[in-house]
This record gives sequence, C-alpha cells and structure tokens, in this order.
Amino acid sequence: MSNAFLQISNAQKVSRKDIPHLPFDQFQSQALELVGNGGKIVHYFAYPDKGSLKLLAVLRTDKLFVAGCDVPDPYPSFTKTCEPFHLFEREMAEQYGIRPQDHPWLKMVRYHPNYTDGAADVFGNDYSQDIPGNYKYYQVEGEEIHEVAVGPVHAGVIEPGHFRFNCIGERVLHLEIQLGYQHRGIEKQLLTVPAKRLPILGENIAGDTTIGHSLCMAQNLEALTGVQPDQGAGVIRTIALELERLANHIGDLGALSGDVAFLPPANYFGRIRGDFLNLSLLICGNRFGKGLVRPGGVRFSLSNDIRKVLNERLAELRPEVTHVLDLLFNAVTVRARFEGCGAVSHEDADHLGLVGPAGRASGMVYDVRRCFPTEHYPHMGIPENKKTTGDVYARARVRYDEILQSLQMVESLAAIPVETQCVNEGIANDLPASSFSVALNEAWRGEVSHAVLTDEKGKILRYKIKDPSFHNWNGLAMSLRDTGISDFPLNNKSFNLSYCGFDL
Amino acid sequence: MLSVLKNRFEQGYRTNRYPEEKVKVFSRYRGRPVIQDNISRATLETCAASCPQDAIDVQNQKIDMGRCIFCGTCENNANGQIKFTNDYEIATAERADLITSGDLPALAEHAKQHFKKLFGRSLQLRQVSAAGCNACEADLNVLATPFFDLGRFGINFVASPRHADGIVVTGPISRNMKTALLQTYEATPAPKVVIAVGSCTISGGPFIGSPEITEGLDKILPVDLFIPGCPPHPMTNLHALISFFK
Ligand code: SF4
Ligand code: SF4
Repeated sequence: MSNAFLQISNAQKVSRKDIPHLPFDQFQSQALELVGNGGKIVHYFAYPDKGSLKLLAVLRTDKLFVAGCDVPDPYPSFTKTCEPFHLFEREMAEQYGIRPQDHPWLKMVRYHPNYTDGAADVFGNDYSQDIPGNYKYYQVEGEEIHEVAVGPVHAGVIEPGHFRFNCIGERVLHLEIQLGYQHRGIEKQLLTVPAKRLPILGENIAGDTTIGHSLCMAQNLEALTGVQPDQGAGVIRTIALELERLANHIGDLGALSGDVAFLPPANYFGRIRGDFLNLSLLICGNRFGKGLVRPGGVRFSLSNDIRKVLNERLAELRPEVTHVLDLLFNAVTVRARFEGCGAVSHEDADHLGLVGPAGRASGMVYDVRRCFPTEHYPHMGIPENKKTTGDVYARARVRYDEILQSLQMVESLAAIPVETQCVNEGIANDLPASSFSVALNEAWRGEVSHAVLTDEKGKILRYKIKDPSFHNWNGLAMSLRDTGISDFPLNNKSFNLSYCGFDL
Repeated sequence: MLSVLKNRFEQGYRTNRYPEEKVKVFSRYRGRPVIQDNISRATLETCAASCPQDAIDVQNQKIDMGRCIFCGTCENNANGQIKFTNDYEIATAERADLITSGDLPALAEHAKQHFKKLFGRSLQLRQVSAAGCNACEADLNVLATPFFDLGRFGINFVASPRHADGIVVTGPISRNMKTALLQTYEATPAPKVVIAVGSCTISGGPFIGSPEITEGLDKILPVDLFIPGCPPHPMTNLHALISFFK
C-alpha cells in the first residue's frame, strides 16, 4: 500500500520531524482510505504547538502508522463517511474546541471545559451547571414509548454513570450512555506534575488495569530515554499483566453467574478472584499491582522464596479454577441464558472498532500480544481466541479460553528462576526534545495505549491516554438494541467496562 | 446436581475467623509505617524528596497516611530506618491521627460511643463512588465474598441512601460527582455516619493538585472514620468497621 503515513513500531522513539505533516486534504484522504480498508484508529487527537492547534493520528493495520496535519478552519467531520472517527472527533471538540462540521451526533464526551484558554465551548455548556447541562437526551417518540433513566449513583458498590433507555414495553430500542462523572483531568495534570508523579498517575488511571496502563507509560518513557529494562523485568511485567487478566476475567465470570442466579460459581469465583489479587500482592505488596512497574524496570524481584509460594498457590488454584469453570459452562440453565443474549454482529463490531474479549467475541481476532508484542510476549505463542456469535455466551467463552491460557503462561514463566536488577524511583533522565512515542498493550479489556509528544525543550507537550473502554462502551449500547431491558445487567457485566478509564 | 455438590465439597469453609484470629498477609504487604527515632536528617530528606506524594514531614519525622499511597519508595531509600509493617489495622477517627511516626490511637476506644449503641447490631451503608480509580470500590466489594463475609457482623451495603445509616465515600470527588455525593448525603436520614475510604477521598491522593477534584472529603462533609490506603486492604476496612461500630 502506498501511503504518506509513516510506519512505526510499538514503543519506539520517533523524532517529530520524521512524522509526516501533511496538507489537510491529503491527511484526510489517506486516513479515510486506511480506515475504510479495514484499518483501525489507535489515536486521533489534537494538541497545541507554538500557538496553533495540530492533529495527530496513529492508525493500525497489521502495522502501525502515524501522520499529522494542521487543523483547518472549518474542520470537516470524517464521521459522516467513516463512523469509527465519531468518538475521537467528539473528544477533540471537547478538549480543544474544534468543531467537526456536519458531525452526525456532536455531543460532549466527559463534560469539562476545553483545554484552550478562551476558545469557545463547542457545546454551549455552562460548566458550573451539573452534568450534563443543557443536553437533551436522544428521544424516541411514540405513544407507547417510555424512558428509563438510571444513575449516576447506582445501586451497588460501582462507579457512576448515566444510562437512558428508550423502550417499547420491555424491549429496548436504544440505550444512550452518558459518562464523565469520574473525570479527574489526568491528561492535563500529567503536563504539570514532577517526573516522580508520572508513574503514580499512570497506575491510577483505572485501578483494575493498573499494570496495563503502567506498562504503556513505562514503555513510552523507556523508548524516549533509550533505557532498556532487563529481561527479568520483562518476565515479571508479563506475569503481572496476566495475573491482572486472570483476576478480572475470573471476577467477571463470577458476576455473570450471579446475574443468572447460579450462585455457587458466583461465590467461588468471587473468592478465587481474590486469591489472584493476592498473588499480585505476594509479588509487589499491592493487590492491584500498584508500585510494581516503573520506567526502567520493576521495583520488586521474583526472588526464589516468592517464586516458590507463587508456584504452590498456582498449583492449588488450577484444579479449583478448572472445576468451577466446568460447573459454570456445563450448566444448561446458564447456557440457555447466555446464548443469543445481546448479540453484536461482526459488522457492527468492526464499525465500532471493538477491542479485547468483547471484540474477539464478535469475530475480531486482534490481540496486541500477538500483533504488536512487547515485554516477554514475542517469546510466547498467543493463540487466536475469536468466537463468532457475539453474544453474552461468546464474551464469557473468550474469557474461559483466556483464563486457561493465562494460567498456563504464568505457570510456565514462574517455573524458572527470574533475575532482575530492581529499580526504585524509575527514570531520572530528561526526556529528549521534539520526540514522539506510542505504546500499545493488551490489557484484560483489550488494547490500552498511551502516546507522548515532547516539545523542543524536552517537556511533555501532550500526553494522550486511551483505555480500551473508549472503544467498547458503544458496543454495550449496541448489544442492548432490541433486547429485553431486564437483560441489561447481564450484558453490562459481559462487557464490564471502565468508567474512570473512559472519563480519565 | 452432583457436580454442584462435588464443587461445594472441594470449596469447603473459607470464611476467616477475624477478629478472634488475626489474618496473615504476605510479607511484602505495606501497612502501618514506622519511622525510627534516630533516623538521620539527611536520610529523611532523601526520602521526602523521592516521595511522589510529598507525604513526609521532615521536621516532625512523620508520614501523613492520608496522603501516602503506600508505594514504599521511601522505605527503599531509608537504609532500614523507615519500615512498612504488616499491620493493616490503621484506620483512625481523626484526620490528624493519620499523621504519624508509627503510633496510632486504638480505634475502638476513640469511636463515638453513641454510634456503637445506635449501629452496633446493625449498620446499613450506602457507598458513593466519586472518581478515583475504582480499586477502592473493588476492595470494598470483596467484603461481601465468603472469605470476609461482612454480613456476619450485621453490616451491609444497601441500594438506597433512604435505607442507610451512613455513607462510605471513595475517590477524590470530581466536580462532576460533587452534587450527586452531597444529595446522597442529604437523602440519608440522621443520625448518620460518614466514612472516607482511601487516600483519594482523604486528601486527593494521586490526583492532588488537579483542579477537577476536592482535596479531602472533610472539607465538605463531617467525616467520622478515616480508612487510609491506596486502596485500603480489605482487612483494613474490616478492622475499621468492626472496631468503630461493634
Ligand atoms: S510510601 Fe508513602 S510516604 Fe513513602 S514514598 Fe510512598 S507515598 Fe511517600
Ligand atoms: S485511593 Fe488509590 S486505590 Fe483508592 S480510588 Fe484513589 S487511587 Fe484508587
């Protein structure tokens, strides 16, 4: 394919002067061509540079590409010809006040004033008003139509968000999801904090994806400064990312089981999830892996005494996990509820750009561990886990497969001694001037990615974070189309998306 | 049916016997910090400079557990003169008591006696998640799993503030959640308790300095119980709730 975009590698330093800065028309046609031919958007964001706004896109096929351009006035929306851009353009409008002309559904993403001093608000919001201000939710009209509004504060111990169902009887015609309640302003804050706080903010973007986000940040800072962590650090990071996947997938299957009122696996998996969190604590002192990953390596070794306990625990857990998996998946009543519920077609999943288990359940094979491997993954065979039915059953079944695969990976990595030179505070080196790096990892929900741009003094100019949930919330909305409203909890848990990861 | 019974047998009885028997945690767990009296000024200054949370007061040789995220960076720089012990019983009734060289007042004795009388047999709590990273919520949620089984103490999380005796707040209270939080508080009938869980809620935690958050729940509501950590270990939560209310 001839393309003006520059081909790059995952977590590699690129000098900003090497990134093609295209005339807007060329940028637009090339980006639309790439995405129109099945490419996917990893990042598409705006950033200020020397008094003007610029755009940068990172796209992927089986390779990674980057290019940028100036923001034209007016900026014509790509979304009307190519849906995958829709949320990225809404985000751009909110963050930098760039109005995408003819965007089919321009609404705010997270409800905050834009980052540019003085630029007019695209949505006409008054942010002293409560979220979502003057926004009128999408409405279906008709005599028998009714609306159900849920949240922001939900009935359980969970994060806030607002869900608006348009229903006819029990049937959901449309679900609109409004988030933003968890917005902490992390992307902006990362530009102002001292270097010692960067990894702390990185690991607290979404606590259930601590390792996934920490790895993106560490890999970018390592790429920029040219620091290469030793092989042992790569092994420990890989173990940590797989333990994170195990704990979450197991917790999700327990929650799904609870939602179809099959309580034994719900309780067993609830506890077993805790056992896997405790294995993270065993290694680094924190159940969510906080404090483990720092730019330059890891802060905790896998010394032989720790490794011994890890292996013993894994040996105890393996039969329990497999038996409870069998209990859950052999129950006909469970299958009857999971099968056919909340199906998302491959075509819809492709247009929405779903990632991770939710994408794989609808036939999207993409897995960063196989396509753009980092850490120890180049040395590990990662099987394709795709399913075809796109329903709750498929989303559960992908997790089933991945639990057994991850367990096997951790067992094999922990079987041999691991040596690493631990770091403490991480990289103290200054960042290089006018550089760029983007890092992708397969967190348990799917592709997580951070991109960093530095200015001519080596200061971070733009730090862009994308949690997999950014791609997948619309998948949940889609799964509810024409489904009974009582199936919402089941579908919601089968996606189990992050609010804070989306809201940043 | 047979497989259900077989599994039930394999799983056995897993609930811990706390508080009669202490629950052991893995040795790398970082609980209550202790700063040695004779720590050198230079060492403590190095530790303070490396602390990402600026939680160390060099002058008074204290760590503010309300700001600290228990990362252990200072411990690695302290030549053994700062230690994070395995003690997870670290909640306090006063914000000031979280600032410590290692000693903490016994929580049970500082609990307000009328709370014990009112809520000692039954305590219903409404949880409000207000930004943060969701790990605090996750480790509150596990209190309902068989190992911790909070329900055996008559303490439960309920769906409506109208049914609640108090609220448990997590996260640094984003601008977009502040009203919802205050409304939930208002909707809870008095007398009511307010519990701050996690470094985010107590001080802003990792997000200190962001204009989008509130640096400390006690600035906007009267807080009765402070549970530090990032997130607090489930045993820290369990200890705090039992000692304060039972
Ligand atoms: S453990 Fe607490 S006091 Fe020590 S460096 Fe980390 S945040 Fe600072
Ligand atoms: S205190 Fe730490 S664990 Fe709790 S919500 Fe805040 S960042 Fe997350």
